[in-house]
Amino acid sequence: MTSSSTKDLVSQPYKYGFVTEIETDKIAKGLSEDVVRLISAKKEEPDFLLQFRLRAFRNWLTLEEPDWAELGYPEIDYQNIVYYAAPKQQDKKASLDEVDPKLLETFDKLGIPLSEQKRLSNVAVDAVFDSVSIATTYKEKLAEHGVVFCSFSEAVKEHPELIERYLGSVVSSNDNYFAALNSAVFSDGSFVFIPKGVECPMELSTYFRINSGDTGQFERTLIVAEEGASVSYLEGCTAPMFDTNQLHAAVVELVVLDDASIKYSTVQNWYAGDENGVGGIYNFVTKRGQCRGARSRISWTQVETGSAITWKYPSCLLQGADSVGEFYSVALTNNCQQADTGTKMVHVGPRTRSTIVSKGISAGRSSNSYRGLVQMGRNAKGARNYSQCDSMLIGDQAAANTYPYIRSQQPQAAIEHEASTCRISEDQLFYLQSRGIGFEEAVSMMVSGFCRDVFNQLPMEFAAEADKLLALKLEGSVG
Amino acid sequence: MIRPDAELLLEITDLHAAVEDKPILKGVNLQVRAGEIHAVMGRNGSGKSTLSKVLAGHPAYRVTGGSVRYRSQDLFELEPEERARLGVFLGFQYPVEIPGVSNLEFLRVATNARREKQGSEELDTFAFEDHVREKLAVVQMDPAFLERSVNEGFSGGEKKRNEILQMALLEPVVSILDETDSGLDIDALRIVAGGVNQLATTDNATLLITHYQRLLDEITPDYVHVMAAGRILRTGGRELALELEQTGYDWVDKELAAQGVA
Repeated sequence: MTSSSTKDLVSQPYKYGFVTEIETDKIAKGLSEDVVRLISAKKEEPDFLLQFRLRAFRNWLTLEEPDWAELGYPEIDYQNIVYYAAPKQQDKKASLDEVDPKLLETFDKLGIPLSEQKRLSNVAVDAVFDSVSIATTYKEKLAEHGVVFCSFSEAVKEHPELIERYLGSVVSSNDNYFAALNSAVFSDGSFVFIPKGVECPMELSTYFRINSGDTGQFERTLIVAEEGASVSYLEGCTAPMFDTNQLHAAVVELVVLDDASIKYSTVQNWYAGDENGVGGIYNFVTKRGQCRGARSRISWTQVETGSAITWKYPSCLLQGADSVGEFYSVALTNNCQQADTGTKMVHVGPRTRSTIVSKGISAGRSSNSYRGLVQMGRNAKGARNYSQCDSMLIGDQAAANTYPYIRSQQPQAAIEHEASTCRISEDQLFYLQSRGIGFEEAVSMMVSGFCRDVFNQLPMEFAAEADKLLALKLEGSVG
Repeated sequence: MIRPDAELLLEITDLHAAVEDKPILKGVNLQVRAGEIHAVMGRNGSGKSTLSKVLAGHPAYRVTGGSVRYRSQDLFELEPEERARLGVFLGFQYPVEIPGVSNLEFLRVATNARREKQGSEELDTFAFEDHVREKLAVVQMDPAFLERSVNEGFSGGEKKRNEILQMALLEPVVSILDETDSGLDIDALRIVAGGVNQLATTDNATLLITHYQRLLDEITPDYVHVMAAGRILRTGGRELALELEQTGYDWVDKELAAQGVA
C-alpha cells in the first residue's frame, strides 16, 4: 500500500501499561522441588494437591519445551523467574471493603470496577492480581442458585472433593511441557461449578492482571457443568509494559456432563511488546474441554490481540454421543508479535459435531499461524466437522500460515475445510474513502467485517469492546 | 442546462498526471458550471478514466502539473474522503466488493459523513432505513441488496445501480461517472440513466465518462469532449457525439498526427 498515513495508524499506545505500586510478598527466583513445596505450603494446601504438584514437577523435568510451532524467541531461563508473588494484605478479606484500595483502583482503571456501587450489574467478576485472586463479586447471589464461583485457592479449601475429582482430569499433569509447569507451580485462578439442571443466572468473568516485572503467571481455571447445566464465562487479561518478557503459562479445564454446556470467551490483551519487539508477554496456554456427557456442548470464542508470543489451542474432546464443540477465533498480530494458535477437535463419540471458524489478521512484521487438528476416532460414526480459516494481511511484511491436520479412522465421518487469504487492497480502501469514510474507519470497517462471524459469538457486552480493541490495535498498521 | 452566469464548480487547468512515472494526462483543460452535463468520450487509453481517478484522489495516480479548483478550493489539498464529504462523487467503472461489510451500514456511514458537512443531522439506523428506502426507487433497486455485503456477488448491473444509489444518498455537487454504461444491458442502462437524470439539478453538475454514444441517447449532455493522448482534443455540443458515432475515432489519429503527437 502506498499511503503513508496508514503506517502511523497502528502505533496507538497500550493503555493498560501502568504498574501498581504495591508491596508484594514474593519468593526468590528459581524453580526446584523446594519451591513447589513452598508454594503449596504458602497456600496451606491439602496433601493430595502437594502430591499433584510434585508429580507434575517431576514430569516437567523429563519433558522438553515444544519447538514445532511457528514461533521464534530466545531461550527462556526458567531459573530467572519468580514463581509466586502476591500483594501483601491483611490475611483474609471478609468483604470487598477490606481489599487494599490500590488494588480496587487498579481494576477500576482497567475498566473492571469491583465495588458494590460501580460493578457490572449482570456479570460476576473474579479479579486475579499477579498470583492471587483478590476479590470475587456476586458470590452470595450465585450461591443461592447453587453455583460456586470463587478463586481456585478458596475452592481448594471449601470444596476439596470437587478439586480432587476434577483437577487434571482433562489436562493431565504431563500433557505437555507448559501444562506440567503450570501444574507444578500454579498459584490461583478461578473455579466454577454449576450443579445439575442449573442455568447460571449471570455471566461469569475472570480478569487476570500481571503486575510484577519478573513474575510468571500460572493460573488454573476449572469449570464443571453437571447434567443439564449451562454457563457463559469470559476472561480478560492485561499487563504493564516492561522491556523484559514475562511468562504466562495457564491451564484451563472444562468438564461438561450430559446435556450441559459451557461457553468460554477470552479477550486476551496482554502487553505485546513495543514496535521493535522489545518486551511483551510469552503466552503459553493449554485449554481443553471435555464433552463427557451425551448432547453436551463446549464453545470456545477467543479474541487474541496481545502478547509477544501466543501459543494456544483451546480444544474439545468430544466423547459423549451427539456432543458439540465449537471454536471461534480472531487472532490479530501487529509489529513483531507472533501467534501460533488454533484448536483440536477430537471426535470420539458417535454423531459428534464440531465447527471451527478462525480469522487471522497480520499487520506490521508479525507472523500469525493457524494450527488445527480434526481427529475422527474409530467410533465417531456420523461425526461431522466444518472448518473455515481465513487470513487477512495488512501491509506487505506480515506473514500468515495455515496448518490444518486431519486424521480420520472413521469412514463415515465428514470433514470440510475451507481456507482463504486476503489483503486489504488499496482499491477497497479508496472505494470507502471516496464515499467520505476516513482511512482509519475504512480499515476498521473492513477488519470488523472480516471478524463478524466470530464477534457474533461473544457475549453482547463484549462484542462492541472487541471491535474497538481491534481498531485500536490496528491504528497505524496499514502502510 | 447552460447558464454562463452559473457557479463555476470545477476548473481544471493544464492538468498533468502519471501512473508509476508513466505520464497519462498531458494538459487537460475543462470548466464545469452548475446545471451542466458534460460527456467525456474517447478511446481506451485516452486518459478519460485517469481523469476521473485523479479528480477523486486515487493514491496510485500522481498529479505532476496543473491545477484543479473545486468551488474555488484547491482540490488536491483535500484527502479523498474530504472531497467526497464536500460533494465530489466518483461512480466507479468497476465497483469493488468488500466482503463482510454490510451494504446498509456502509451507506449509512457514508451518508452521515456527507450530511455532517452539509449541516444536516446524523441519521440513526432507523431513520436511515426509511431514508434509504425512498432512494431505492431512483434506481428501482431491491431492498434485499441492502442486507448483503458491499457489492459482494452483485451482477454488473446491480453494482452500477448501487453506485447510483450512493449518488442519490450523497447528493453530490459534482458527479463523475466513469463508464457507468459499461457492461449494462439496455434495460439496466435505462434505469441507471433514468436515475442520473432524476438527480441532475440546476445546482449540480455531471461528468459522464463514456466510450459509446448509447448512454447519451438516455442522458442529454450540454457539452461533449473528445479526449485523446491525455488531452481534450475537441469540444462541441451533443452533435459531436453523433458525429463520432458515424465517423468513429479515425479522425482523431489524423488530427493527432497533424499535431505531431501520435
